[in-house]
Amino acid sequence: MRVADLVTAVVLMALGGLALGDSLRLGIGWGTDGPQSGFFPFWLAVIMNAACVVIFVQVLRRPATKPFVSRRQIGPVLAVLWPATAAVALMHVVGLYVAAALYMGFYMRWVGHNRWRAVIPLAIGVPVVAFLVFEMWFLVPMPKGPLEAWLGY
Amino acid sequence: MGLENLFFGFQIAITPFNLFMAVVGITLGTIIGVLPGLGGANGVAILLPLTFTMPPTSAIILLTSLYWGALFGGAITSVLFNIPGEPWSVATTFDGYPLARQGQGGQALTAAFTSSFVGAFFSIVLITFFAPLLAEIALKFGPPEFFAIQLLTFSSFVGLGGGNPLKSLVSILIGFILAAAGLDIVTGQLRMTFGFTELMKGFDFIVAVIGLFGIGEILLTVEEGLSFRGANARMNLRVVLDTWKVLPRYWRTFVRGSFIGFWMGFKPGGATPASFMSYAFAKRFSKHADRFGKGELEGVVAPETAAHAAGVAAMLPMLTLGIPGSPTAAVMLGGLIIWGLQPGPLLFKEKPDFVWGLIASMYTGNIIGVLMVLAFVPFFAAILRVPFAILTPLIIVLCAIGSYAVHNSMIDIWYMLIFGVVGYVFKKLDYPLAPLVLALVLGDLAENALRQSLIMSQGTMTIFLTRPISGAITAVAIFFFLLPLITPWWRRWRGLPAPAPAPRET
Repeated sequence: MRVADLVTAVVLMALGGLALGDSLRLGIGWGTDGPQSGFFPFWLAVIMNAACVVIFVQVLRRPATKPFVSRRQIGPVLAVLWPATAAVALMHVVGLYVAAALYMGFYMRWVGHNRWRAVIPLAIGVPVVAFLVFEMWFLVPMPKGPLEAWLGY
Repeated sequence: MGLENLFFGFQIAITPFNLFMAVVGITLGTIIGVLPGLGGANGVAILLPLTFTMPPTSAIILLTSLYWGALFGGAITSVLFNIPGEPWSVATTFDGYPLARQGQGGQALTAAFTSSFVGAFFSIVLITFFAPLLAEIALKFGPPEFFAIQLLTFSSFVGLGGGNPLKSLVSILIGFILAAAGLDIVTGQLRMTFGFTELMKGFDFIVAVIGLFGIGEILLTVEEGLSFRGANARMNLRVVLDTWKVLPRYWRTFVRGSFIGFWMGFKPGGATPASFMSYAFAKRFSKHADRFGKGELEGVVAPETAAHAAGVAAMLPMLTLGIPGSPTAAVMLGGLIIWGLQPGPLLFKEKPDFVWGLIASMYTGNIIGVLMVLAFVPFFAAILRVPFAILTPLIIVLCAIGSYAVHNSMIDIWYMLIFGVVGYVFKKLDYPLAPLVLALVLGDLAENALRQSLIMSQGTMTIFLTRPISGAITAVAIFFFLLPLITPWWRRWRGLPAPAPAPRET
């Protein structure tokens, strides 16, 4: 927990530093018609970095507690994250509906060990229902790929 | 004149289509409230794209009904499964789950729903009478007053939010900095884009809500390796009626809970402390305090009344000032802007049909809601028996659809995933997420209010203190900001013991 806390504080300070640098580039003073663009973000970043420094010191002075995440816990978290990331990457190519079907099928079969009997109807049914609701009824377009093009959408 | 408007509102709220919207909203909302990883805020966010083409009044009725449903749904998981769906349901598990284990789940649920209804109803009545007055006062506010109210909003997260106040402060500032990224509409300059065109449009808070609350919550849930072992509830008319005969005995708890809830609730982040405070008061004044925590019906009544009074009260600042009191209210505010309405006090003058239709729908929505959940508890509870390996990918797909629909852009789905990981890490490290979201929503408004105030004052900050209304509000805000520094010193001076760490609002 301690290491993760320290790393987070440092990462936030780095982001604050970026905001600080960019604000200085834009100007933090008084322009022709009021405060310049960098004025507000500059002071936000200054206060944030100051708060992060104090948090960093607070954490350092505290004894180490239990680890941020145990080996047993990180497994299921990654099992959700990496297929989801892969599915989002896939959406660029095959569209949202097909990627969703593949992702749901994969997760239910290989992570959840569900039976094919349950996996196939759900993996195909959910994207089809979503397609009907979003594309047909509410006219909200989603990213589409070759399959939808082939079907004429 | 208030009643006249309300009557006008009812004419809008009880048209068949709007009643249908309320029923749909409550059904979906209760399902969302029961499902782990989906709460009021991201439920509303995911559904928002579906309302783009609706008339605004029906759209807001759908979304608010979803919110009431989610509040009711949270009680089901707390009582039957010992899983608080939302932080303000934590106190409900203390006595609700033991009751369910003793075979009195039906009584506990009836008490929970009835208390929710009473608390909500109390707040709605107060909103009906106070909202127009507050909007009237707010019409006279200038930029310094609005900036002072923003300060007050965020100071109450730091001073009253519990947890590490510095981390609350950092969360707020991250939200504001993310809001500042992109095109600065006042000067036309690009801020913090570092040459990436994708960063030009900035970060949308709806995507942040879906990522932080939806994906982040899913990651936390799978990490715990949750398995649902629920108690069964026998719910029938007899149980409901028998419980209703007992409940009037706790009228003091109802009244106390409602007042605590409303008072804490119209300030941001108030629902969770309100529920704990109400529980603690009920225990202190009860003749059988020793039974609390082992299955006392009053221990369900107290937190539920306060939590729902607070949940409804959070709508008051959103309606009258255009400043949301909770992430869910923030998403609704985002909806208002998308539907082409200008949130703020003028709404009462320019769109009375919208405002009063919404207020009247709060009455109808809560009445329909309490009847529906009482009737269909077994159905809603059955949702939790769906294997988690099926729910997880389903919820993630819904989140992706909701994120994409906001701007029809793939990058938003990537942001959603990134916000999900950030939400997971922040939640574990006790950085609160609600202030981050509110700051992201209010960022541009706050900055404009600050700029205009400074232009009015030729650049001196004292304008916030010299104008009477903004001065008073700013003084309270500064007091809240300093509260975490004052409290330990005050306790040492009075010789009081250190307090137990307060639970954190999301």
